[in-house]
Amino acid sequence: MVHNKQQEIMKSKELAKNMRKNILLMTHRAGGGHPGGCLSATDIIAVLYKCFLRVDPNNPSWVGRDYFFLSKGHAVPAQYAVLMEMGFLAKEEIKDFREIEGRLPAYPSCEITPGIDMASGSLGQGLSIANGTALAARLNNSDQRAYVMLGDGELHEGQVWEAMMTAAHFKLNNVCAIVDYNKLQLDGSIDEVKTLGDLNAKWASFGWKTIEIDGHDYEQIYNSFAEAKGFKEGPTVIIAHTVKGKGVSFMEDEVGWHCASPTDEQLEIALKELS
Amino acid sequence: MKIAPRDAYGQALVELGRENQNIVVLDADVAKASMTILFKEAFPDRFFDLGIAESDIVGTGAGFAVAGKIPFVNAYANFLLGNGWDQIRISVCYANKNVKIIGHNIGASSGKDGPTHLPLEDIALTRALPGMTVIEAVDGVEVKKAVRALANHIGPAYLRVGRLPIPVITKEEDPFEIGKANIIREGKDVTIIACGVMVSKALKAAENLAERGIEAEIINMHTIKPLDTTTILKSVAKTGAVVTAEEHTVIGGLGGAVAEFLSCTKPVPIRIVGSPDRFGVCGSYEEIHEVLGLTPENIVESSTTVLSLK
Ligand SMILES: Cc1ncc(C[n+]2csc(CCOP(=O)(O)OP(=O)(O)O)c2C)c(N)n1
Repeated sequence: MVHNKQQEIMKSKELAKNMRKNILLMTHRAGGGHPGGCLSATDIIAVLYKCFLRVDPNNPSWVGRDYFFLSKGHAVPAQYAVLMEMGFLAKEEIKDFREIEGRLPAYPSCEITPGIDMASGSLGQGLSIANGTALAARLNNSDQRAYVMLGDGELHEGQVWEAMMTAAHFKLNNVCAIVDYNKLQLDGSIDEVKTLGDLNAKWASFGWKTIEIDGHDYEQIYNSFAEAKGFKEGPTVIIAHTVKGKGVSFMEDEVGWHCASPTDEQLEIALKELS
Repeated sequence: MKIAPRDAYGQALVELGRENQNIVVLDADVAKASMTILFKEAFPDRFFDLGIAESDIVGTGAGFAVAGKIPFVNAYANFLLGNGWDQIRISVCYANKNVKIIGHNIGASSGKDGPTHLPLEDIALTRALPGMTVIEAVDGVEVKKAVRALANHIGPAYLRVGRLPIPVITKEEDPFEIGKANIIREGKDVTIIACGVMVSKALKAAENLAERGIEAEIINMHTIKPLDTTTILKSVAKTGAVVTAEEHTVIGGLGGAVAEFLSCTKPVPIRIVGSPDRFGVCGSYEEIHEVLGLTPENIVESSTTVLSLK
């Protein structure tokens, strides 16, 4: 079992490496996008897809699938990248990111991209969606799980707190939220713009089980998903401390890389760093 | 005879709930007003009270739709469209999810609750959304057919439901098809296109006009979007003049839809009867309708105006 876990983690790391490269290629080629918030989320998304999420690339709308909603939709290149690794999308589609043709719009579209279950791009909406699917799964006596990733800045949106109450009220033990707590948003740091205070205490007081981890430590990521899955009393949030731009030295912890595209030169340096 | 649309709505949900296990009903702490309480009593497992959270309820409904359920999402129209519009825009319409948005207490039907509670803008807000179907049934009998049609319809939809009893003017056997308007009175001089309670007022107006030798054709435009342009064109070819009537602002509602269409295809004189560009007032249903000009007299006057412009 332990051996298995280590193997899975190794594979997830490999996957994350490819994801990071492809995120950079996508944002570079498109001349836009949000690399910072993709890179902070990459390790978590890699472990989720590789080790926990039950989905089928040959049948993306399989009725028994688990759901993953990227509520911070601007980080969708991270999801495209994982969908490429998992075989939902082809690597050649990298060139389609943000283009009029193809299946890779700037923000998630469930209408044109296989493996994506909900549109997003307007922050704040994903947790409600996850709750709806989780309630439906319960009605169907299905063991499907709903995962949703939220940005830390996104938590300023009131709807998130409405949905937090909903998940707790209905004791949705099949909902797992992940906060990509990279401490930065668009205008600056979270603490400059509007502080979140004691985030762990806030979720806990709303009736959630909280797990706080280093969102780049694979052992911790893996264990937190496993623990969330095993927790039966209600919903779980994984508060993942991350670094925006993780993996590319000049992007790390730099608010300027929230929304920016690497130059040819920067791309070259970044790809070198990643290999 | 009068029936409150919300009573018919609540009963229809129960009937459908019996037939279709996939139907789920969500409410935002107004189940006793929306009459989804009937569904709650009949099918407690498939009823979800999301509390006073109109953004969350829309998203949760969309989640149910992702998982293949048929969610009916209920709240007061003013708050649902106000607080939930972006969620309706992105999580329902752009995502193209099979969610039924049900706006309650529409128009002046909250009466003395006053301006904050009188949704006079909900048609405009929903009609502007790509892919959205917008329906207002003409009476309690038609409400049941509309709910049934919506349950079978796949895609985003908005249904306006009123709180107070309004006249019943259709029969059980009358047809109802989404997007297909019903002509309920034939005439050759002026076309009156109305929805909801204003159809019965148009019938009164037609009686008055008939006494003056003016024959009005009345169209019950229960589906405001997609607009039944075929029926409109056919009628207008005959009459050459149009009056619209709705329990809604004159901006962006049924009148707007008809005017947009006709001005680009067959310009004819048009008058729009609806609330002027203002908020409602505290008052009885009838008093508010008086203040806003939602009266048979106003339909008569508008009809004579368009006739004089022919
Ligand atoms: C409702 C809404 N308001 C504003 C925006 C514009 N916007 C896009 S990303 C962003 C900052 C997001 O910060 P955070 O949630 O912390 O994401 P991350 O730092 O992980 O990229 C903003 C304000 C939006 N997409 N949606």
